[in-house]
Amino acid sequence: MNPSILSVKDVHVEFRVNQTKAWPWSAPGIVRAVNGVSFDLQPGKTLGIVGESGCGKSTLIRAIAGLAPMTGGTVHLDGQPIDYGSKSRLQDLRRQLQMIFQDPIASLNPRMTIREIVAEPLIYFRPDLSSIDRTNAARDMLDRVGIADHQFNRFPHEFSGGQCQRIGIARALVAKPRVLLCDEPVSALDVSIQAQVINLLKDLQSELSLSLIFVAHDLGVVRHISDDILVMYLGGMMETAPAGRLIEAPHHPYSQALLSAVPVPDPRAKSTPQVLEGDLPSPLEQQQGCLFQSRCPKRFDACKTTRPSLEATPDGKSACLLAGS
Amino acid sequence: MEARKRLNSRAFADDAAEEMVTSRSFWADARLRFFRNRMAVFSLFMLFCLFLFALFGHLLAQWNYEEIDWSVLGKVKTEGGPSLSNGHYFGVDELGRDLYARVVQGTRTSLLVGFVAGPAAVILGAILGALSGYFGGRLDQTVLGFYTIWISIPYIIFFVVWQAFFGRSLGQMILVIILVNWTAGLLIVRGQVMMLKNREFVDAARLLGMSDMAIIFKHLMPNILWVIVIYTSLVIPEVIMAESLVSFLGVGIQEPNTSWGALISEGARTMTFGTTWQLMFPAMFFVIAQVSLFYIGDGLRDALDPKER
Amino acid sequence: MTPHPKPPLLSVRNLSIRFRTGDGMVHAVNDVSFDITRGQKLAVVGESGSGKSQIALSIMGLLARNAQAEGEILFDGSNLLKLPTSELNNIRAREIGIIFQDPMSSLNPYMTIERQLGEIVELHEGASRSTARKRALEVMDAVRIPDARNRLKSYAHEFSGGMRQRVVIAMALMCQPKLILADEPTTALDVTVQAQIMQLLDDIQRDLGTSIVLITHDLGLVAGFCEDTLVLYGGRIMEQAPTLEIFEKPGHPYTRGLLRAVPNIGDPAAKLLAIPGSPPNQRRAIASCPFHPRCVDAVTDCAEKLPQLDGGNSKRACLRPVEELT
Repeated sequence: MNPSILSVKDVHVEFRVNQTKAWPWSAPGIVRAVNGVSFDLQPGKTLGIVGESGCGKSTLIRAIAGLAPMTGGTVHLDGQPIDYGSKSRLQDLRRQLQMIFQDPIASLNPRMTIREIVAEPLIYFRPDLSSIDRTNAARDMLDRVGIADHQFNRFPHEFSGGQCQRIGIARALVAKPRVLLCDEPVSALDVSIQAQVINLLKDLQSELSLSLIFVAHDLGVVRHISDDILVMYLGGMMETAPAGRLIEAPHHPYSQALLSAVPVPDPRAKSTPQVLEGDLPSPLEQQQGCLFQSRCPKRFDACKTTRPSLEATPDGKSACLLAGS
Repeated sequence: MEARKRLNSRAFADDAAEEMVTSRSFWADARLRFFRNRMAVFSLFMLFCLFLFALFGHLLAQWNYEEIDWSVLGKVKTEGGPSLSNGHYFGVDELGRDLYARVVQGTRTSLLVGFVAGPAAVILGAILGALSGYFGGRLDQTVLGFYTIWISIPYIIFFVVWQAFFGRSLGQMILVIILVNWTAGLLIVRGQVMMLKNREFVDAARLLGMSDMAIIFKHLMPNILWVIVIYTSLVIPEVIMAESLVSFLGVGIQEPNTSWGALISEGARTMTFGTTWQLMFPAMFFVIAQVSLFYIGDGLRDALDPKER
Repeated sequence: MTPHPKPPLLSVRNLSIRFRTGDGMVHAVNDVSFDITRGQKLAVVGESGSGKSQIALSIMGLLARNAQAEGEILFDGSNLLKLPTSELNNIRAREIGIIFQDPMSSLNPYMTIERQLGEIVELHEGASRSTARKRALEVMDAVRIPDARNRLKSYAHEFSGGMRQRVVIAMALMCQPKLILADEPTTALDVTVQAQIMQLLDDIQRDLGTSIVLITHDLGLVAGFCEDTLVLYGGRIMEQAPTLEIFEKPGHPYTRGLLRAVPNIGDPAAKLLAIPGSPPNQRRAIASCPFHPRCVDAVTDCAEKLPQLDGGNSKRACLRPVEELT
């Protein structure tokens, strides 16, 4: 196996939430947003992370980027452990790892021109460059994502959502990072625009030999762009496998349910979604056993008491007690 | 197929011809909108005139504002009225001092208090509000607690007590007004920052390794500057009003220095003797200033508030 | 036009909606006509800015104040655009139900579910409180909210997202409407919940014979649900046909583009063919095909002539014959 560019081991993220408290000093509730996730990202590959809202997929990549507090686990970039406490080490990480966001318009500062927005990372990552070099680099990057040069001095509100997302991509890639974290980058875009952005990301990936982590709830999009897919539920990892295998033959009962619910754009295919019973349990309640047990159609007694570890399945891993058999 | 290739090769085929709109920054756009508002522009002109009056009005005066004209003293009611011949354009006050010179001095004081103490108070509140909204947690709780206690102190009493301890100079006056009014912009700036700090462009800035202070001042402040500007335009007339009120009550500015409030107070006291000019002139200036500032604030709000578009 | 055996339940004729804004007129909907028969499931598909939501709002009489609507919306023979408010309210509440994207915005956070459901029949049918409660219970059972009897006393925030949308559907069903307008009913929901809600709407149509207009941007959702589909772009109908034909023999370049731009989960190898360009600027009234600047099949005529929507059972608005399209 190749050395991985990004190696994530047993990451935990916990948030304190102030529910209605009896006294100002009462203990806050703790939400376990990410519950022991591990994966390896190979250079030049794409890992898709899917799951429903509240499954912790966005929190996970925000924690990797240093935007959310990691309460446990380690992240290795190129074999080097990342110390999120140290400013200078973290700056090395940021140079290698950038992110694009869900809301293309909110991710650009409305008071800055797009040239300033795209040149800004270079101030921090390439202080050796002169301001003219920075502007030229920003120009080239904007040109690469398809923003014409007569638009460089405009403000974000003068662009459509799809264009804003391309500007966001230019900002993330201008300092030539090696890993790009994508937090639902196309879910706010129209179908016809979505395809432009996905194609652009794929082209840039092969040109710049980028590694991507692509978080989305749309399984079709994730299938299209990913080499591997990781399925999350309630902060935990349910299954990980090569994209094709996971979509065609999901092993974990949750993956199966998720896939059967995806509407198929073919009126002849009469799909019968497997309807899950019940609702997502509250992440505030710590439960024993499998995270998915309350809604799993295949649960049995042992699921209530044993938290399944990731077991190898044919070319993948699944956190299910049925995985071995 | 050929056609598709052609279109794809034009990168994303942004219709260049259609997009020939002139690009204006937020502030350029706001300026344009402000100057379209005739009333606001006229008010701005009036305010400009008031400033000219405060700065250069004394050049026209034939008397110093402290000087007593012994020739009219004792006959103020009959001979102290506005007159060009003896150089008292606005007449004299109760003590025979030239009212024109005193109004110039009063305008200076009031505008100085308004335009120094007002912005200073808003900026102080805005900085505290921005820090407390951005960092949240214990800092936020402390600032809010302090705010709650602070606004529950009646400011007249605060004024009186402060001046009893530290004297009644102009500097003390400005300082105490800042201390009374710093709460004005606090909550609104705090709210704006709390809303903006969750926008993804702040995350993007954090991903560049920017420090919190750099994010607050480089990315957040330009986005809430409009709130601060609107608030300042509201606080300035309020501060002038507050100064006038305390001066009217006799705890403000100290003789022989004066302000609009002090002049109005004196004028009102002597009105029953028939020396109406002593009230009329200072009151006119006060009203012009208040009305102009109101319309300027109104114009700024229309020009700057994104909700008004 | 093929004569329909049944008279349509709702008939939209030459509907145009414009908005007066600070920067001039916005032409949101232009000359849109379509019919819905009883028990029909019609999908209205379009991207943002296509005018799909404005059509729903105009049917409900909920257009914003700066809007001007022209044309006719005939419901059971009366023109909803011309009706006095009192009569419109009556039809709105009893005959047409609407489901919005965000369930929370349709529910009053300070009222129990029982009151919110009950109030509808008390107001419009003069039902007593006990009848209202009985009806609320029935409807909650119909939308399959478990343990309905106990949940009547709950407030909206006590439900999960999917359950809230069920409550909204229950509200729409209280007066047994003939037509339900579902405006992006599952966009805010997760896929597994979306599957449940679509299943529920399907059952309601089958059991109660309600007509449903599903307004959505998601072609995948349409495929499994509606018999007929109407594709909107730039406020105009591009194509209207049975869903099967839309997917198998799309007659309009825009429909074709949309289908190729959606990643197909079963066929991942294909590169996505993006539709180039950006959505149209609606500040001008245009007298040409709104899609022509982005169309791969556009010829010179397309920039000059306005294609008319015609055809029999499947209509299309395109100057070029189907056979010539790429």
